[in-house]
Amino acid sequence: MKVKVISRSTEEFTRERSQDLQKVFRNYDPNLRTLEKAVEYTRALNAAKLEKIFAKPFIGAMDGHIDAVSCMTKNPNHLKGIFSGSMDGDIRLWDLATRKTVNQFPGHQGAVRGLTTSTDGDRLLSCGTDCTVRLWKVPVLEMTDPNESNEDCSKPLAVYVWKHAFWAIDHQWDGNLFATAGTQVEIWDQNRSEPINTFEWGKDTTVSVRFNPGEPDLLATSASDRSIAIYDLRMSSPARKLIMQANEDCNCYTYDGRKLNEAKLVHKDHVSAVMDIDYSPTGREFVTGSYDRTVRIFPFNGGHSREIYHTKRMQRVFCVRFSCDASYVISGSDDTNLRLWKAKASEQMGVLLPREKRKLEYLDAVKERYQHLTDVKRIVRHRHLPKPVYKAAALRRTMIEAENKKDERRRAHSAPGSIPVQPFRKRRIIKELE
Amino acid sequence: MISATQQKIADELDVRARKYLRGDGANLETLRDKKLKGQLVNREKLYGQSAKAAAKAEKWLLPSDEGYLEPEGLEKTWMIKQESIVREVDISSFRKPFDMILPDLGPYKLEYTPSGRYMVMGGRKGHLAMIDMLNMNLIKEFQVRETVRDVVFLQNEQFFAVAQKKYPYIYNWRGTEIHCLKEHGAALKLQFLDKHFLLASVNKSAQLHYQDVSTGVIVANYRTGLGRTDVMQVNPYNAVIGLGHSAGKVTMWKPTSAKPLVTMLCHFGPVTDIAFHKGGHLMATTGMDHKIKLWDIRKFGLLHSYTAHAQMLDFSQKGMLALGNKSHVHIWRDSGNQDYKQYMSHEMVKGYQLAKVCFRPYEDVLGIGHSMGLSSIIVPGAGEPNFDSWVANPYETKKQRREKEVHALIDKLQPETIMLEPTKIGTLKPRRTKANPTKKEIQEEMESAIDAAKNITFKKKTKGRNKPSKRTKKKEEGVFKAKRPFLEQKTEERPFKRQKKEEVELPKALQRFSRKKAQ
Repeated sequence: MKVKVISRSTEEFTRERSQDLQKVFRNYDPNLRTLEKAVEYTRALNAAKLEKIFAKPFIGAMDGHIDAVSCMTKNPNHLKGIFSGSMDGDIRLWDLATRKTVNQFPGHQGAVRGLTTSTDGDRLLSCGTDCTVRLWKVPVLEMTDPNESNEDCSKPLAVYVWKHAFWAIDHQWDGNLFATAGTQVEIWDQNRSEPINTFEWGKDTTVSVRFNPGEPDLLATSASDRSIAIYDLRMSSPARKLIMQANEDCNCYTYDGRKLNEAKLVHKDHVSAVMDIDYSPTGREFVTGSYDRTVRIFPFNGGHSREIYHTKRMQRVFCVRFSCDASYVISGSDDTNLRLWKAKASEQMGVLLPREKRKLEYLDAVKERYQHLTDVKRIVRHRHLPKPVYKAAALRRTMIEAENKKDERRRAHSAPGSIPVQPFRKRRIIKELE
Repeated sequence: MISATQQKIADELDVRARKYLRGDGANLETLRDKKLKGQLVNREKLYGQSAKAAAKAEKWLLPSDEGYLEPEGLEKTWMIKQESIVREVDISSFRKPFDMILPDLGPYKLEYTPSGRYMVMGGRKGHLAMIDMLNMNLIKEFQVRETVRDVVFLQNEQFFAVAQKKYPYIYNWRGTEIHCLKEHGAALKLQFLDKHFLLASVNKSAQLHYQDVSTGVIVANYRTGLGRTDVMQVNPYNAVIGLGHSAGKVTMWKPTSAKPLVTMLCHFGPVTDIAFHKGGHLMATTGMDHKIKLWDIRKFGLLHSYTAHAQMLDFSQKGMLALGNKSHVHIWRDSGNQDYKQYMSHEMVKGYQLAKVCFRPYEDVLGIGHSMGLSSIIVPGAGEPNFDSWVANPYETKKQRREKEVHALIDKLQPETIMLEPTKIGTLKPRRTKANPTKKEIQEEMESAIDAAKNITFKKKTKGRNKPSKRTKKKEEGVFKAKRPFLEQKTEERPFKRQKKEEVELPKALQRFSRKKAQ
């Protein structure tokens, strides 16, 4: 007869010397593991609770301005620096690690409305209500002796004076041009003291302008007649225009630039006007600052925010920026402070050991798997809201529900198909013009 | 273009991968949320990939092979004796079968840790010993001078519980008495649910106790109402306790309900033993009507019934069934389609009465406790050859053992999560069809709502506002609030019924006087 019996030799299954690693053997057979799902669910629940315990997103405030912070920009070449401009014309360069001002750029007489840096990180451009655009040289932040570079940078390299106040400014990503927004959209070159091109469509002021990072010649502007226009520099004429229904209706709309007749997504969560938006460098989420004193972080494909930040001392948020390493969010608000927050509230900053990192990744995955179950969902979703925001949100909800109910009833009492159902993404768009 | 051999390999891997898929994929057609549907489709694809990867690892990376016993010529496996097997195996397996003769201290019950390394044995007359089976070291041996009815390990080899004459006691691995569990009473049988850290016991007055050994809280205490029984087994698949009663019934219990989950009539006489297959779909019961029945627990139907004498049963990791009867041990093996046939048999010396048969995990060994001590025999193919270090490691170091204990405590499951079908957690709820829910479903919903309402804890008020009468009133209000929608549903149905009845009863001439339907 042929016999074989399980026999294990101890040497094969234990380590030889104490310097060696312990031997680990794996058998993925599900029959060896009983109650897997229950254990995973318990781990998801515990992970959700731990996440809430470790959620301490606020890092610090940067104090220095004496008037509301109106605009910010980040330097693509330096991770630690951020520029901010305030309503009294004061522009400062901050070091995020020490949360102190490194440099000041005095000069503007009125409010600074727009700040932008050139792509090589060497030049800072600012525009304001005093009808000037100033070009500054960005000091190199590595210099440990701050006094040396101070002299260089407090005087602008160039001042461009023009006929009307400016509302926004943006630099081309892959070239030398920059655009300003005011009564018209102007395209400037750094070496010329007059704009090389002007665009205008309609009689209303353009309120903001942004260049397309992917296509260096496309730029988008928004105007106070609730329209969004896309311009092409090569064609020297506006390409498309989109008129929306409501201004400041607390929602964010994501559009596909090629198809403007329908919003791709509507992001609803704010209860007051959204003042500023910035995408994360990963492109998977964006941060918004709103007039309702909160900062929210939305996923790029989700209709609701995944995170909300608020403090009693933070008043109306005028500008927000995502840091270039996607770990921090900086908000500038009405109370003259810039605040530094973590992008993921319970993240442990600093170097993590690989074992720790793997455990955190596992916990994230298991939370994501069980995110639809009521207990886990309740804990993961829960955020404390300031009372005015909570009440305003409840009020908005009842109003929207009432309107929806009325709509439904109208539809129920009329001939089927006579009142078409329009998705919310299309509802807010009045028309699209060429 | 894939060659024939590659295709064959791929097919083989597919067959192996099916085990790792853990059931069928979810039916995503019922989802209306398109975004969620897309995400779940992606996730299902990832499951498929991970199952394939696990199948590949199984094929190429597992260190040991299963044991087997192949007879040659006209030999049959059940005629092969232990002596002939021992002659053929290698030296390390030579020490596995043994006979420990301890004639004075009564029939011995034994239990192995889940890793198969340590064994604790308890003799009826109070002899307790713990042995490290890897080195055959005696760790501790002591006498309690009292009747010992059962022994069981707690979460690892550091603690074991002994059902003694009046109460169960918990001992350290050094033999120090740690706890005396007075609430349990005179326990007849103990079982430990290791993921929940619950010690279950059934005592002389047929009460079932569940105690959490990490916090010491008595979770539940139920009167089974079916008479004294010492047949208790925990189903490792779903942590449900199965009790066998003297009327032939088998009941299944969970710690959160006073009534058993399931009651099955299994035998025509008292049930003498139950055993659960580790995969969770098979249950073997034996009774005094000399029958052994195999049940499918998922559908609660009888699969096979054999006429055989057996007083005790045990399933091995690979699905072999050991039967003990007086002084014979028989081992049956699945020959396809859950039909068990005789595989091996072993005769003890006449006069030895068996008390317990217990397969050793991860080894091809069967431990037998009898009136004259302890024996063990080799059963090729009974144990799982490859262990997983994170599940049960026979070569555990002290540090690994401590870490495992801490992780087990962190992942401790709540007793409320015990249910008959544990794989339902996190699955897609089937969308309710347009038809009205059946009465049973409504009943279940009502019960779950009432349970939820009963579990709400209220804030303790101070300054004299915390009267017990007010508290109970508030709790009752909560339960009534949970019941109300279901009661309203019932009253909605009734008026129609009444009308129908009236119409039927009236004769034709008087129908003009019947209550007309509202227009």
